[in-house]
Amino acid sequence: MSAILLLVLGLGGMAAGYFVYSRFIAEKIYKLDPDFRTPAHEFEDGVDFVPTNRFVLWGHHFTSVAGAAPIVGPAIAVIWGWLPAFLWVVLGTIFFAGVHDSGAIWASVRNRAKSVGSLTGEVVGGRARSVFMIVIFLVLLMVNAVFGVVIAKLLINNPGAVVPVWGAIAVALVIGQLIYRRKIGLGLVSVVGVAALYALIYIGPSVPVTLPESTAGLSANALWILILFGYAAIASLLPVWVLLQPRDYINGLQLFVGLILLYGAVIIASPTVVAPMINFGVPEGTPSMLPLLFVTIACGAISGFHGLVASGTTSKQLDKETDARFVGYFGAVGEGALALAAIIAATAGFASLADWQAVYTSFGQGSLTAFVDGGAFILAAGTGMEVTVAATLLTVMAALFAGTTMDTGLRLQRYIFQEWGEIYNIGWMRKALPATLLSVASCLILAFGAGGADGSGGLLIWPLFGTTNQLLAGLTLLVITVMLVRRGRPTLYTLGPLVFLLVMTLAALLMQLRDFFEKENWFLLGLDLVVLVAAVLVTLECVAALRRAKGAAANDESAS
Amino acid sequence: MSGQRPAVRLIGRLRRWYRRAGDLGAAYYSAPYRAAIARARRDEEDLFMLMVFSETLGIPNPATWYTLELQPLLLDRFHDWHKRMGMPHSPLDHFRCC
Repeated sequence: MSAILLLVLGLGGMAAGYFVYSRFIAEKIYKLDPDFRTPAHEFEDGVDFVPTNRFVLWGHHFTSVAGAAPIVGPAIAVIWGWLPAFLWVVLGTIFFAGVHDSGAIWASVRNRAKSVGSLTGEVVGGRARSVFMIVIFLVLLMVNAVFGVVIAKLLINNPGAVVPVWGAIAVALVIGQLIYRRKIGLGLVSVVGVAALYALIYIGPSVPVTLPESTAGLSANALWILILFGYAAIASLLPVWVLLQPRDYINGLQLFVGLILLYGAVIIASPTVVAPMINFGVPEGTPSMLPLLFVTIACGAISGFHGLVASGTTSKQLDKETDARFVGYFGAVGEGALALAAIIAATAGFASLADWQAVYTSFGQGSLTAFVDGGAFILAAGTGMEVTVAATLLTVMAALFAGTTMDTGLRLQRYIFQEWGEIYNIGWMRKALPATLLSVASCLILAFGAGGADGSGGLLIWPLFGTTNQLLAGLTLLVITVMLVRRGRPTLYTLGPLVFLLVMTLAALLMQLRDFFEKENWFLLGLDLVVLVAAVLVTLECVAALRRAKGAAANDESAS
Repeated sequence: MSGQRPAVRLIGRLRRWYRRAGDLGAAYYSAPYRAAIARARRDEEDLFMLMVFSETLGIPNPATWYTLELQPLLLDRFHDWHKRMGMPHSPLDHFRCC
C-alpha cells in the first residue's frame, strides 16, 4: 500500500476534526465567547500578560508541545503493525488531544490564567494538587532519563551527526548574542543561522566522531549519557536568552522545515508501507497491544504535558477566548501530523518487510533510530539528497528536540526541588546549583538503574513515561469536566476520554507490574508501584470530585 | 510614470509584508521567554541599584563620587525597587521618594 494513502487519510481525518468536531466543542460545550475579556487584556503588563496574534501563539504553542516524544512513541508502537498506531494517533488527536488542549486553555482563561496545577487545587481539592506535583515530577524525571538515553543512541548510530548536533548549540549561542546584545534583526539572523546549521549537517558525515569503546570502564553509550547530562545541567543554569531561547527558535524553524521536507518527499517518492497492517508475529517479550499501545503513544494522541503549556503561558497571551480553538485544537493537530510522519517513516522507510523486521527485533527497539533510518530512506528517494546527509538531517532534528526538552525539563525539575526546599525549610535545596545536581542525579539513577551500567535499558521506562503523562492529562480533563458539570453542560466529550485514559493507564500499569516482577527488575517494579499509587489516587479524586460537583449542581437547581 | 506605478505599489506592498512578517517573527521569538528575561533584567537592575545606593546603606563603595549623580535619575526606579522588596516606604532616611 502506498504511504500517500496513509498521509491523505490521516491529515484529512484530522482536518475534518478541526473543521467539524472542534467547532462543535467550542460552540456547544465550552461555549467560547468572543466578547469575554481574557486575562491577557484584563491583566496586561507587557511581560506575562500580553494579547498575542493567534498565529504567533499557535506557532509557539505547537513548537512547545511538539518535540521528540511524538516521534519516539509512534516509532516504537508500530511494532504492533501500522494500523493500531495510525488509528490511535488520528482518532486520539481528533477526540482526545484537541479537546484536552483547547479545554485546558479555556479552563485557565476562565480562571484568571492560572496553571493546571493550581486549578487542580482550587477546582478539585488540595490532595489532588499534591498528587499533581508528584505526577509532574515523575513525568519530568522519566522524560529526561529517556531522552538522555535516546540521544546517546542516536549519536552512536550516526557518528556523522555529532559535529552538527553540538555545532547547532554554538550556532544558537551566537544567534542569542547577536539578537540580545547587538540587536540585529531577526530575519537576517534566522537566514544566516539556518544556513550555518545546514552547512554543518552537510559536512557532518565527512567528519564522523566516535567515542572510544571503553573509557575508564564506561561504555561509549554511558559516556555520552554522562556528557549529555553534564551539558543539560550547565544549559539549564544559564539565563534563558543565552541558549534556550535561540535554540528553541531554531528548533521551531527545523520543525517546519522537517515536516515540509518529509511530507513533500512522501508525495514525490510515494514509498510503499512494508510493515504489516497488524503484526501477528511480534517478537518475543513484546507486551500486549491492548492496553500498552495507549501509553506507548502519549504525545501525538493525547499528552498531559500540553496542559502545562496551555495553562502556563498560552492562556496568559490569548487575545480572544475563541482563539482557544485554533491555538489549542490546531496545535494538537500539528503534533498529530508530526506523529503521523513518524509512523510513515517507521513503516514505509524500509526496502522490504525483512529489513523492517531486522530493526524491530524487540519491544523498545526501533524508536528514533527507525524514524531516522526510515525517514532518510524516504527523503533520499524524494529529494535526491544522499542518504547519509538525510540521516544526519533527521538525527540533528530529533537530537535537538530531545536536547531542548532535557534542558527545559531539568530546569523545571530544579524549580520543583527548590520549591520543596522552601516548603520543608531545607536551606541548601533552595539554591540553584544543588537543586540542579539533585535533578541530574535522580535522572542518572533512573537512566542507569533501569537497564544496567551501559544505560541501554532506558527505553524500558518509555511506557511508564506514557502512563504518567496520561495521568497528567486525566487530571486536566477532570478539571475541565468539573467545570462543565458546574455549568450544567454535557460532560460526555471530556468524561469519555477521561474514563478511557484511566482504564487503559491502570491496566497498563498492572500488566507491566507483572512483567517487571517476572523479569525480577525490582527497580522498575518500585517505580511502577509509585505511578500505580498515583493513578489510584487520581481515580479516587475523580470519583470524589465529580460526585461533589454533581451534588453541588443538584443543590443549586433545587434552590433555584 | 504610469508604467512604474504598479511596480512601486508592489514594492511598497512587499515591504509592508516583510515588515509584518518581521514583527510576527519577533513576537514568536520573544513571546515564550518575555517573563524570564524581564525578571533577569530586573535582577540586574537591582544589583545596579545596590551599587548606586551602597554608601547610604553603609557599604563602602570607592565609586560613590561618581554614582552620587546617578541617584536623582534613579528616583522612580528606587521607588519601584523598595516596593518590590516589600517595604511600603523608602528605607533610607535622607532619600525619601514617597
